[in-house]
Amino acid sequence: MKSQSEPTSDVTPDVTSDVTSDVLLSVRDLRIAFDGVAAVRGLSFDVREREVLAVVGESGAGKSLTTRALLGMLPKGATTSGTVRLRGETDIAAQRGRRIALVPQDALSALSPVHPVGDQLAAAVRSVAGVSRKEARARAVSALDRVGIPDAVRKARAYPHEYSGGMRQRAVIAMATINEPDVVVADEPTTALDAELQEQVLRVLGEQREAVGAALVLVTHDLGVVREHADRVLVMYAGRQVEQGPTERVLARPRAPYTAGLLASLPPDAPESEPGARRRRLPSIPGSPPTPDALPPGCAFAPRCPLAEDHCHQEEPGSWTADAGHDVSCHRWDEVPYPATELFLEQPV
Amino acid sequence: MSDALLDVRDLVVRYGTVTAVDHVSFTVDAGETLALNGPSGCGKSSTVAAVLQLRRPEGGEVRFEGRELTTLAERELRPLRPRMQPVFQDPYGSLSPRHRIRDAVAEPLKVQGRWNPADGPARVAELLDRVGLDPAYGDRFPHELSGGQCQRAGIARALASEPRLLVLDEPVSALDPSIRAGVLNLLTDLQDELGLAYLFICHDRAVVRHFADRAIEMRAGRLVTA
Ligand SMILES: Nc1ncnc2c1ncn2[C@@H]1O[C@H](COP(=O)(O)OP(=O)(O)OP(=O)(O)O)[C@@H](O)[C@H]1O
Ligand code: SF4
Ligand SMILES: [Mg+2]
Repeated sequence: MKSQSEPTSDVTPDVTSDVTSDVLLSVRDLRIAFDGVAAVRGLSFDVREREVLAVVGESGAGKSLTTRALLGMLPKGATTSGTVRLRGETDIAAQRGRRIALVPQDALSALSPVHPVGDQLAAAVRSVAGVSRKEARARAVSALDRVGIPDAVRKARAYPHEYSGGMRQRAVIAMATINEPDVVVADEPTTALDAELQEQVLRVLGEQREAVGAALVLVTHDLGVVREHADRVLVMYAGRQVEQGPTERVLARPRAPYTAGLLASLPPDAPESEPGARRRRLPSIPGSPPTPDALPPGCAFAPRCPLAEDHCHQEEPGSWTADAGHDVSCHRWDEVPYPATELFLEQPV
Repeated sequence: MSDALLDVRDLVVRYGTVTAVDHVSFTVDAGETLALNGPSGCGKSSTVAAVLQLRRPEGGEVRFEGRELTTLAERELRPLRPRMQPVFQDPYGSLSPRHRIRDAVAEPLKVQGRWNPADGPARVAELLDRVGLDPAYGDRFPHELSGGQCQRAGIARALASEPRLLVLDEPVSALDPSIRAGVLNLLTDLQDELGLAYLFICHDRAVVRHFADRAIEMRAGRLVTA
């Protein structure tokens, strides 16, 4: 018989109480459903001043819906419950573009095709600040300049389609940060770009965030990006939190089998010449993620989990605190080995 | 003359006045994985299209199993095509949305005159099983499969042609993180077992390091020496 600690309540445990005053954005028991099918199922987390929170998970895990909820821009037909507070305010939509701004995956969707980029930035400035047209235009140009767009004066007069993919994404970052928001939400801002541009765009995003002192919520599926850019990480699976905590702690000692499996299945970062590093089978997570309309009973990861036991198939795990600020949702969190290489090495099919 | 499975020499691809591939040369041996990297727009896809003879190059040679392909007529290419098969990035893109998985995998056998009603269905089931898909999935349509399952079905379809070379264009980058390693393992197993050669396009350096025997890099249409 293994010992099991009691689940804490849905509300994030008070290990953070000493810094509660720092909390900018606070999400409690967020639920989002379409036609009775739950896509986000009770998510709670905080974003503190100037912190970078990464949100990782599979396609369909509910990452984008969560970011849209943060911005008060959920699609029609979505039923929601729970709360999202930005500095205590619940009317987020009213603060969009001022206190909170989005960098979407697809830069084109954030820009109007029929107006010059500089005009769009200037309009964003004038929507919050009572400045002259001239002043707004000057700010637009310097914002483009800051994100590394060459010849910003001329580029400000160009249309989005005249920008390359990487430049466009920079322009969107300029747009999101021009009013010095408290929070920037970036939903996979680089997946459409190639490796080299990805690094550049993430660097620019990081610099601008620093410059305006904003917090960043960064959705990504790249654990390398998490390691490099995030202070804390929230791991999602099938609409729920699997694990959240300080990046080093979660990556160094994941407590949920899903996180441990993801880390184990990354190709080793071995030097190029190391013999035998190649061609070894990788540890891998069997099966594939469920869709929201066909969730398994109990823990949604159970059908793929090498540690699943009867209990897991019956009861959804609550939330436990593994160590300060590090919460995990798994019945067997204190038995998950690390590294989990052995656990996820299967026989050839 | 090298006895490489694929020997590409001085390949040139032009679109009007733009030179997309500028005198690129490389070889791939049987059973080997060669990775081809480079930023978007550097000419990787044009190289792949010219290797597969989906687009005739403006210059150079593509020698496959010892035969020069660029001078062959389409009629002469036809029997060789099955032996070099592409697997694309978008797992749903390589399968027709209107065909059941079973029929998509059977099609190459039928087109190549190797379909036999007596054992064809069993061969399809065997191929699906080989890529780790329950043959029951044969009844489904692509949109009824997950991305990883669809990528496996695409590989099963490519295998039906009994290829020697698979051209893998970012085969895992569109897949969910939790299923990438499984598809890479499948490719590793298939190579060990069938001696397949891979021309592997991928921008994830760690994946390339793990998976490829050698890597070459393109920039603005040319190979750069690593
Ligand atoms: N407008 C909508 N109507 C109905 N269902 C939706 C809608 N938007 C999202 N969903 C469903 O909600 C679930 C979560 O979607 P979401 O876009 O948040 O996933 P995600 O984690 O961002 O995935 P990805 O990594 O693919 O972007 C999915 O199953 C999706 O099909
Ligand atoms: S609750 Fe059970 S099935 Fe779910 S991740 Fe933990 S051990 Fe695995
Ligand atoms: Mg998304």
